[in-house]
Amino acid sequence: MEDNIIQVTNLSKSFDISSKEPGVKGTLKHFFKRETKSIEVIKNVNFQIKKGEIVGFLGANGAGKTTILKILCGLIYPSKGKLSVADYLPYKRRPNFLKKITLIMGQKQQLIWDLPPIESFYLNAAIYDIEKFEAKKRIKKLSDMLEIEKELYIPVRKLSLGQRMKSELLAALIHKPNILFLDEPTLGLDINAQRNLRKFLQIYNKETDATICLTSHYMKDITSLCKRVICIHEGCITYDGKLDKLLKRISPVKDILIICKTDKDAKELSNSGFIIKNKSQKEITITIKKDSIKSTLKKILNKFDIEDLYINEPPVDEIIGNILIKKKL
Amino acid sequence: MFNLNKNKLTTLLKVQYSNMLEYRVEIALWAISGIIPFFMLNIWTNNNLNESINLSNVMLSRYFLSAFFVRQFSVVWVVFTFEEDALLGKISPYLIQPLNPFFRYLAQHIAEQITRFPFAIIIALIFFLINPESIWIPSLGLFLLSCLSTFFSFLIQFLIQSIIACFCFWTEKASSIERLLFIPTLFLSGLLAPVISFPEYVKSWIYITPFPYLIDFPANMLSGNNTNVISGFVMQIFWISLLLPIFKRIWSLGTKKYTAMGS
Repeated sequence: MEDNIIQVTNLSKSFDISSKEPGVKGTLKHFFKRETKSIEVIKNVNFQIKKGEIVGFLGANGAGKTTILKILCGLIYPSKGKLSVADYLPYKRRPNFLKKITLIMGQKQQLIWDLPPIESFYLNAAIYDIEKFEAKKRIKKLSDMLEIEKELYIPVRKLSLGQRMKSELLAALIHKPNILFLDEPTLGLDINAQRNLRKFLQIYNKETDATICLTSHYMKDITSLCKRVICIHEGCITYDGKLDKLLKRISPVKDILIICKTDKDAKELSNSGFIIKNKSQKEITITIKKDSIKSTLKKILNKFDIEDLYINEPPVDEIIGNILIKKKL
Repeated sequence: MFNLNKNKLTTLLKVQYSNMLEYRVEIALWAISGIIPFFMLNIWTNNNLNESINLSNVMLSRYFLSAFFVRQFSVVWVVFTFEEDALLGKISPYLIQPLNPFFRYLAQHIAEQITRFPFAIIIALIFFLINPESIWIPSLGLFLLSCLSTFFSFLIQFLIQSIIACFCFWTEKASSIERLLFIPTLFLSGLLAPVISFPEYVKSWIYITPFPYLIDFPANMLSGNNTNVISGFVMQIFWISLLLPIFKRIWSLGTKKYTAMGS
């Protein structure tokens, strides 16, 4: 309990949202009498996160992941419940708390658009009371790690999205925060840029023992960074635990790719009552339950003339895609 | 709440000044667009309206030139920038930094004023070329006091607009509230006519509002016209001391309402 850096108990958040019917009638009605509805986007959420953990928040669009991150970093007020982040109440936004955290949003930027990133870095350093000499050292180290030494002096508007994202990361980390809230940090980046960013986050976590809370729609971000995931569906936590355990639980099946020697065997195999996932000439992929692998394989090998055979886990994207739309896991 | 020190302030100003220099053409155009006092001077002198307030042509032209200068260094647009930033969620990264985001806007305004300075000087030189009889050199004391009252005028306007800007947390179009203040600011501040030209009973009311201390008071002081320096400063300090806690309170209430829309 003591090394929990984040503690959330019965957290709820509601937003008042006004709705408007279409057409002139709806517009007039909306003008004279606005109907507002209170929508509970986070419902009695409970979890704890230990120091140094990397936790992925999974959920479909609008599930409430980003709202949770915004509450944890103090950007928005919770409606109900208790929470503590690094022993502070985030929404009070005490300077000492703000110096311990950072929030990076893939679709938002804090760098000054018309100036080179270095100007924003020095500004952030001043805001966080970091001396110029120390700031220089940190900028050098982080820019080396992120490989953006050359881009430091080019106006932000002229940088590529990947270079900009790395610069955003540097700006957000200059004060050495020990809790990172990352909301889709790899959004829009190409595969190489995504990989580099993930590598950087792994090194940062290892070197500083920083706690990282991450949301992402790129499953590779989650699988390569997070051992633990919290799944959210319509504002409720549906799963909180290890990612590999979840994958095992949610996907009790395996894919078997069978390459038959003849077209006749392939045809017979596809008509033998197995669940066919893919079929192309002599190659057939079937999906079977994990607990029946032995017996199924025995049956296939005895009955058909097989050239080759591969056993695969279904793609993680596919499994997680199913998680996002499930109420209970 | 403020958590500001010398290092933060100077770095903010340096960075924002570099940023403003990127927009120098835009700022030059803004400076030129602020020549409304010169149009007013033309209307006043062509119609001999100055005789009714016992102000010579020379003193009147000095007044309007001073009004132009005061206006150049007290223009405030924070409500529009903040409204856009709040509605699009752009202030989110700044809200979780240990510095009130309004200091960024304040530094932007001051940096813009520094950028405007050379353009304002050029316009003043042109004015003196056309009206050589209006050339005057104010005493150092009066000049410094005028600079101080111009800064106070800027602060009053900045605080008023910042308070209005905070209404963004409740209503999406806070800048429309600012529009309500546009007319009294235009007419009662001294931009179109010196406040001395208003009827006595109107004047007694005007002087208890913040408007005459925005342009009329600093412009009169700079141009060397008769003005009550002490009561002017007292009223400016009074309005700043009144508006500052209101801003702090409304900011604190508003940020509780912030929903980080658009992010």
